[in-house]
Amino acid sequence: MHILSVDGLTLSFGGVHALRGVDMQVAKGSITAVIGPNGAGKTSLFNSISGFYRPQEGRVVFQGEDITRLRPPHRAALGIGRTFQNIALFRGMTVLDNVKLGAHVRMRTGLLSALWYLGKARREEAEIRKQIEREVFDFLEIDHIRRHPVANLPYGLQKRVELARALAMRPKLLMLDEPVAGMNREEKEDMARFILDVKEQWDTTVLMVEHDMGMVMDISDQVYVLNFGQLIAAGKPSEVQANPEVIKAYLGSGDIHSLRQRLGGKTRAA
Amino acid sequence: MDWLFFFEITLAGLGTGGLYALTAIAFVLIYKATRVINLAIGEMLMVGAYLFFGAAVGWALPWWLAIILALLGGGALGMVLERGVIRPLLGENPISVFMVTIGLGSILIGMVELIWTANPRSLPNFFPTDPIFIGEAFLAPKTFWSFVVAAVVIAVFLLLFRFWRGGVALRATASDQGAAYSMGINVPAVYSLAWGLAGVIAAGAGILLGSIGGISSDMGLFGLTVLVVVIVGGLDSVLGALLAGLLIGWMESMAGVYLGGEYEHLVTFILLMVVLLFRPWGLFGTREIERL
Amino acid sequence: MRIGSPKESYIADEALFRTRTQWVWLWLLLAVLIAYPFVANLYWLFLVCLISINIISATGLNILTGYTGQVSLGQAAFMGVGAYTVAWLDNNTGSPFFINLLAGAGMATLVGLIAGLPSLRVKGLYLAIATIGASFILQFIFINWESVTRGTRGINIEPPSVLGVTLDNPDTFYWLVMPIMVVMVLLAANLFRTRIGRAFIAIRDRDISASVLGINLPFYKLMSFGIASFYAGIAGGLYAYFFGAINPESFPLLMSIFFLAAIIVGGMGTILGSILGAIFMTLTPEILRYGVDILSPYIDNAPQILSPLRTAVFGALIVGFLLFEPHGLAEIWRRVRRFFHLWPFRT
Repeated sequence: MHILSVDGLTLSFGGVHALRGVDMQVAKGSITAVIGPNGAGKTSLFNSISGFYRPQEGRVVFQGEDITRLRPPHRAALGIGRTFQNIALFRGMTVLDNVKLGAHVRMRTGLLSALWYLGKARREEAEIRKQIEREVFDFLEIDHIRRHPVANLPYGLQKRVELARALAMRPKLLMLDEPVAGMNREEKEDMARFILDVKEQWDTTVLMVEHDMGMVMDISDQVYVLNFGQLIAAGKPSEVQANPEVIKAYLGSGDIHSLRQRLGGKTRAA
Repeated sequence: MDWLFFFEITLAGLGTGGLYALTAIAFVLIYKATRVINLAIGEMLMVGAYLFFGAAVGWALPWWLAIILALLGGGALGMVLERGVIRPLLGENPISVFMVTIGLGSILIGMVELIWTANPRSLPNFFPTDPIFIGEAFLAPKTFWSFVVAAVVIAVFLLLFRFWRGGVALRATASDQGAAYSMGINVPAVYSLAWGLAGVIAAGAGILLGSIGGISSDMGLFGLTVLVVVIVGGLDSVLGALLAGLLIGWMESMAGVYLGGEYEHLVTFILLMVVLLFRPWGLFGTREIERL
Repeated sequence: MRIGSPKESYIADEALFRTRTQWVWLWLLLAVLIAYPFVANLYWLFLVCLISINIISATGLNILTGYTGQVSLGQAAFMGVGAYTVAWLDNNTGSPFFINLLAGAGMATLVGLIAGLPSLRVKGLYLAIATIGASFILQFIFINWESVTRGTRGINIEPPSVLGVTLDNPDTFYWLVMPIMVVMVLLAANLFRTRIGRAFIAIRDRDISASVLGINLPFYKLMSFGIASFYAGIAGGLYAYFFGAINPESFPLLMSIFFLAAIIVGGMGTILGSILGAIFMTLTPEILRYGVDILSPYIDNAPQILSPLRTAVFGALIVGFLLFEPHGLAEIWRRVRRFFHLWPFRT
């Protein structure tokens, strides 16, 4: 059963093709990774699924519903949560408020109730707070910083708060854009653990873009490889790893950084 | 319809439009070089006019010397504002910088009123006073000559912008600050230059405007119309500023005659709302692509 | 020195005021507000009434500009809509004042929503310019819709009366405006404990990410405009009743800049900032007047320099705070408070 399928997605900016006829199926309850050299169109694919970009051709189907024409907030309301490559926390808010904001689509408080903060608003705030404390803060071990402004947190913690915000939505599909980029080994291992736990405990499907091949090979069930906006390979991690097209894409692109990571990943996976 | 009358009003409107275009150039210059929306441009214009008044009437200097002093004063004002207030805020939220220029405008009004009081004044006339006829249409000589001066200044400016070294540095900075900096262009100096030049142009526009309709401390409101002009033309487009300036000058003059004086600015702001709703990047401006 | 304050329930931890010290201060403040009219003279009562009206309007503008990040230079014009609605109803229907006040706020909200429409297409600076356009168009209507606004002559408004008491003086009017102000401020504070307030801040900080996370941008932007102009409408209605006469000159663009200055000086994006800013900006002209009075024997035509001086000082405050204390008086206040929390230890 596919929770998300992307059919023939084509996206271009002016004359530049970011995506060319990309097909992808994400199985419910899986961890699916999208990899590829820099500029391959991975983030464009994510943004098209989120609804921020409008692809010229193709369809995005989520839980059997065609969402190609839906605006981003409606897609979020259907249960598509995500994090961003360049940490998009709301700097004027505390950790707690950032995470609560993630639960926005699950809440119903209207304006009048909010202004007076009686009855519904009060109950709902307390309820969401309880859920966040139990499900998210304890799980991600960030309860000690809940009242901190996010702007001053170290990078690793910011990444974790972003994940917390996405989880507060209780997403059916969680999209992670480079969840471990820029982290040290220990932080990476923590994050990999969190992602596996999310899949196991939350009954959530994970779709991620990641450059760290070690992590991709270790935890994904399915891997899609993009190059120049085209899908060049798909399959289980071991299959993709052996695919000559993939190796050529990474070598041919002259992307030393990716190559090095990929080689590092190979030794680790082996 | 009286076509001669229509033609005369069109000419008068284009006359004002020339001043709009001139001031708009000053605005676009600042915007292109420093990405600052300078809401105080109208007040810079007003200060220029008052400097001329102070030199020509207060000190009783000959008009040409007074003009030179006022232009230099306007340029100095532009540079001081850039160095003292705008530069420390570069890189900050553009909205803060925008609000700072609102504050600057308020300070300039207050200063001018402190020195010269809020009473309207008239400037000594330095234009030839022979009536001007274009075909059969009559045009007020002040309007005609101020249009000519504005057109000449704009032409000179455009040539400078294209061929002079400083102009090239300006354009380079406008298109890519970082690249310009790494190519050895002194970006802070370019900022000063842009604000200084804009100050000179604004002061000149102020003198022209004041010699037509007199000066007062609220003539900075002219700047609001200029703001509309640059939005309609497209913030970063020189051509847009010129055409939109003429267009709005003409529209206001039409509205003033056929609908009544109070409609002059109404049509401007209605045009503004329409453009913002349907084509916010203006007629010739660059459409910005949003990024996540 | 104050240390942790443990809570037993999440409701307690979500409260607006969470420590005992805060409650003590709050009750003290309330006592002062109640005792104030019995000790202050008419001049100081007048000032506090004016401050209260300005706090209401500044709070509304802060919701829109400080919290939602939509710069507006139309707050005074929206106040004008509220004031003119109240004045017209007062002169033509004789309906009770609180109905008029709500109708004025409703009308201001409606106009604010329309004026906010450009926010769906443009943001930031363009929007600020659109609000300038909107206030010009409103100003035009105030002057030229003679049958309703009586043009430049303006309208007189009868003072409101409650339970047979006519509120025609600051000492009686105080009891109307002060409670309204307190309630309006509390409502605004509540708003930012809920999903709506968080959505506003998210739009300010990163609108596109907010949209991907499920915030419907057009809806919340317009809501913010609506709330800001509702506050302006209430403030404008009170203004009309308080001064008893309005004309198109009562709500100039300069007044919108005044409110923008108030939230910059007080602190954008904080409730306390709106309060401190409105107090500061309302008192500044009074202090200037006082200063000029002292200087009047030494300089010529001192009264004439007052107005330009005020204009220049408003501008200087905007520039000065943006350059040197961008988070405003509220931030200074926070620093002072923290100092005393940790006293006698230093951070």
